[in-house]
Amino acid sequence: MAEPLLKVEHLKKYFHTNQGTLHAVDDVSFTLNKGETLGVVGESGCGKTTLGRTILRLHEPTDGKVFFEGREITSMGKQEVKALRRDMQIIFQDPFASLNPRMTISETIGESLLIQKIYTRKQGAQLKKRVLELIDFVGLSPRLVNSYPHELDGGRRQRIGIARTLALDPKFIVCDEPVSALDVSIQAQILNLMQDLQDEFGLTYLFITHDLSVVKHLSNTIVVMYLGQIVEHAPSSLLFEKPLHPYTQALLSAIPVPDPDYAVNRVLLQGELTSPVDPVPGCRFAKRCPYVSDACRKADIPLKEVQPGHFVACTLV
Amino acid sequence: MSTVDELIRIENLTVHYETDDAVVHALNDISLSMKKGETLGLVGETGAGKTTLARSILRLIPSPPGIIKSGRIFFEGKDMLTLSEAQMRSIRGNSISMIFQDPMTSLNPVMSVGDQIMEVVEAHNKALGKEEMEKQALSMLEMVGIPASRSHEYPHQFSGGMKQRVIIAIALACNPILLIADEPTTALDVTIQAQVLDMITALKNRLNTAMLLITHDLGVVAQNCDRVAIMYAGQIIELGTLSDIFKRPTHPYTKGLLGSIPSLNKEVKRLSPIKGMMPDPTDLPPGCKFAPRCQYASEVCKQDVPPSYQVSTTHQVRCILAREEVHNG
Repeated sequence: MAEPLLKVEHLKKYFHTNQGTLHAVDDVSFTLNKGETLGVVGESGCGKTTLGRTILRLHEPTDGKVFFEGREITSMGKQEVKALRRDMQIIFQDPFASLNPRMTISETIGESLLIQKIYTRKQGAQLKKRVLELIDFVGLSPRLVNSYPHELDGGRRQRIGIARTLALDPKFIVCDEPVSALDVSIQAQILNLMQDLQDEFGLTYLFITHDLSVVKHLSNTIVVMYLGQIVEHAPSSLLFEKPLHPYTQALLSAIPVPDPDYAVNRVLLQGELTSPVDPVPGCRFAKRCPYVSDACRKADIPLKEVQPGHFVACTLV
Repeated sequence: MSTVDELIRIENLTVHYETDDAVVHALNDISLSMKKGETLGLVGETGAGKTTLARSILRLIPSPPGIIKSGRIFFEGKDMLTLSEAQMRSIRGNSISMIFQDPMTSLNPVMSVGDQIMEVVEAHNKALGKEEMEKQALSMLEMVGIPASRSHEYPHQFSGGMKQRVIIAIALACNPILLIADEPTTALDVTIQAQVLDMITALKNRLNTAMLLITHDLGVVAQNCDRVAIMYAGQIIELGTLSDIFKRPTHPYTKGLLGSIPSLNKEVKRLSPIKGMMPDPTDLPPGCKFAPRCQYASEVCKQDVPPSYQVSTTHQVRCILAREEVHNG
């Protein structure tokens, strides 16, 4: 039976800017079961990265609760959060910026093992063995252990980022656009690797991406975000077969399909993402929505379960 | 021989970047031609030489270290590599123009967008009066969907998609016959990408401009191009119509690329990526550049550079496996 690993309740993260309050994540709730992958999709600026970081408490939440294995982590103290890092990890987006240029590969991968005192500096041999094991998991050659990041290409660097994440045997990993900086053939290698690791270690992923085809390939469930809010939440297959929110429909139809015979029935959106600073009540998508009515502008639209597991925030459903 | 509707023909173009440490073989014997009004997609991964090819056409390779070692580029019958710098300047932005990759950095931050469009008009139509130029700049802005009232605003006041529209307006300001678009939508979100590509295609059709669309996204190619050239390590390894490439891909690299994309309309449990990485362009393998990663590679592939085989009237493949298809076909 599927058991929930992560539960997010009414999570909010606001940033105070000179222009006003930026609602990066605004009342987001979902549950993620053990061993499953939740895809978080949306365009730049919709709050998906902030969501991932707030769940890990890399940002302090403004409001709301996050439960991990039944324990509320939003109220934990510093020491408890540090211990929590063993179970919750993150793979960063940019393999060029997320590795310390002055640390060798083995130092980078071993750092968290030392910080968490799994090994001490005196246990160099064991630490080295573990690092080599991790390097092997991610398909890198052991001769690279003493290389520096600048000597490696993007695909290899991202593998190191993944090895570092796996070092502590986490249960849950936030994958923040782990393949978007990579070429397609390398992207496919990394996606396959992540699938293999999930099968082998029973990992749970929160997979953040703007690429819907990647998300469809990997996820059990998908949430679509727009300006800090979830507009649709559904099992992967259902979302692609029967997208109900006008934004999801537009997003799906905008993806260029690599098949010349594919009939594009494009829902072209007008305009661009509006500002998440001090949003007015009502549906945030109303300004670009082709089906907008007065009801959309009156009040925030709550998520409604239209069929088991399929939630949509739209007045039309 | 050149036909009437041929717009540009590139013959055996070889470009190197020569530094003290090494020689980067960026383009190796590229031959390619384009007709008036057609859209050719140029596809390849980072470092394949796509941008170098585009810049070579405009003779915009940074030199040093870039050197056009050999080859010829004919544009409307003129050999571009023999033209003077002044003659080149009258072609750039006028009959051939380019949309650069990154809309965030290719606009001048201290000049209003209207002035930036006018600058191009002014450079190529000196006879026009100031008012005429202004009128033309404003109509270009309107054409790309930006209200003329925003012409006095500066780049930082626009979003990414809007900036790319401004760049498109600049590129099309002089009605070019060839537009080179280097990853015009890579920095944009999908819904904005769809808007921008739709607009480029509509404008291109209206002005009957030919377009060389450089991208790494095969989806973008399938939706926007007439023909496709696949580049790998400085060579064109496969060239054909959309259906040649997507329905009958022949080169193992092309097949590998198509197998690497997670599909939206098909269920695939596991992707089939290409093993290994692109070779170092300073140290290319002697034979077929793809041989070290190719599952069908034989000894011959490792020794000799395979020629381009004409598989059909529209379809060329640089792989010895295609030779059999020619014989059978």
